[in-house]
Amino acid sequence: MSTTPTRSADAERGSASIGKSVTIKGQIFSREDLIVDGEIEGSIELQEHRLTIGPNGKVSAGVKAREIVVLGSILGDVDAGDRIDIRKDARLVGNIKTSRIIIEDGAYFKGSIDIVKQDAPKVVPAPRPQTATANAGVTQPASVPGSPLR
Amino acid sequence: MFARPTLSDPALAEVHTRHSNGLEQFFSYIKGETGLSILDLAGANQANVSFITSLGHRLYSEDFLRNLEQFYREESLDEPLAPAHADAFLRHNLSYPARQFDGVLVWDVLEYLEPAMLTATVERLHRVTKPASYLLTIFHSQERLEAAPRYAFRIQDAKTLILLRRSAERPRQLFNNRSLERLFQGFESVKFFLTRDNLREVIVKR
Repeated sequence: MSTTPTRSADAERGSASIGKSVTIKGQIFSREDLIVDGEIEGSIELQEHRLTIGPNGKVSAGVKAREIVVLGSILGDVDAGDRIDIRKDARLVGNIKTSRIIIEDGAYFKGSIDIVKQDAPKVVPAPRPQTATANAGVTQPASVPGSPLR
Repeated sequence: MFARPTLSDPALAEVHTRHSNGLEQFFSYIKGETGLSILDLAGANQANVSFITSLGHRLYSEDFLRNLEQFYREESLDEPLAPAHADAFLRHNLSYPARQFDGVLVWDVLEYLEPAMLTATVERLHRVTKPASYLLTIFHSQERLEAAPRYAFRIQDAKTLILLRRSAERPRQLFNNRSLERLFQGFESVKFFLTRDNLREVIVKR
């Protein structure tokens, strides 16, 4: 079953939202932030967005998102690229892979925590400014990366 | 990533921060290594998670006593627990492949177990730890106690612990050095550190 989450008018930051009376069995893919306050059996994937499991949310699934906030419960493995925030009354049973974890006292967690270092952002070399040379009129050979130095 | 524990849970009150010889020994044995599997049996908390993962280790966490309380409730069990119940509990708890862990932070968990559960749990710890790995356990050192402070233990650094008071509770069993040696007789060695707050930190080598 493929499901497109509905937009809730009061959902924060324009996120899509699954209400507490909703049960979904299947896979969920989202290209925007998602708030789950219902029950999900399946998997949830939000590559570059934030997933919030609300206080009534129950997820029995593998979960993958850039950022995950848990106030309800998750039974399944979790991959949070940037960070996961497990709040006081949350319950998470599964293995976590993330760059950063925040866990409040009182939260229940059973599983393993693997902290993975984020890849450093690729640095694109800035174009070299053309410098005015004293010997104007003399053409200097440009240095091209990968080309043999003269 | 080092963070002092937050006291967001009002049931926890900071008692004191002190040097811990047991903790120092535990981390000295794994110093310089990364990628080890460390199990924390007292549940996950920010301080311990941050510290252990910052050393490059994978942390496994389970709240053994909380799970046990839930097991009692669900099964409507009365004390004392029968060995069959201990086996049933351990089918879903502390359930890992043999020789998985390079170290286990047991804290004070064993002190709050009944005899049948205690025996089965120590046997299980032996099974899931690698040879020459270490356990850090903590027991009250007084031999007569009606009620004693039960603590949550937070790691501040490799040799400093923060003790947070949870409640006052009578341990299920009290131990002296000799009874602890008997308890861990299947392990290679047991080392004790007495503390000023009437605790006995025990390093057990598998």
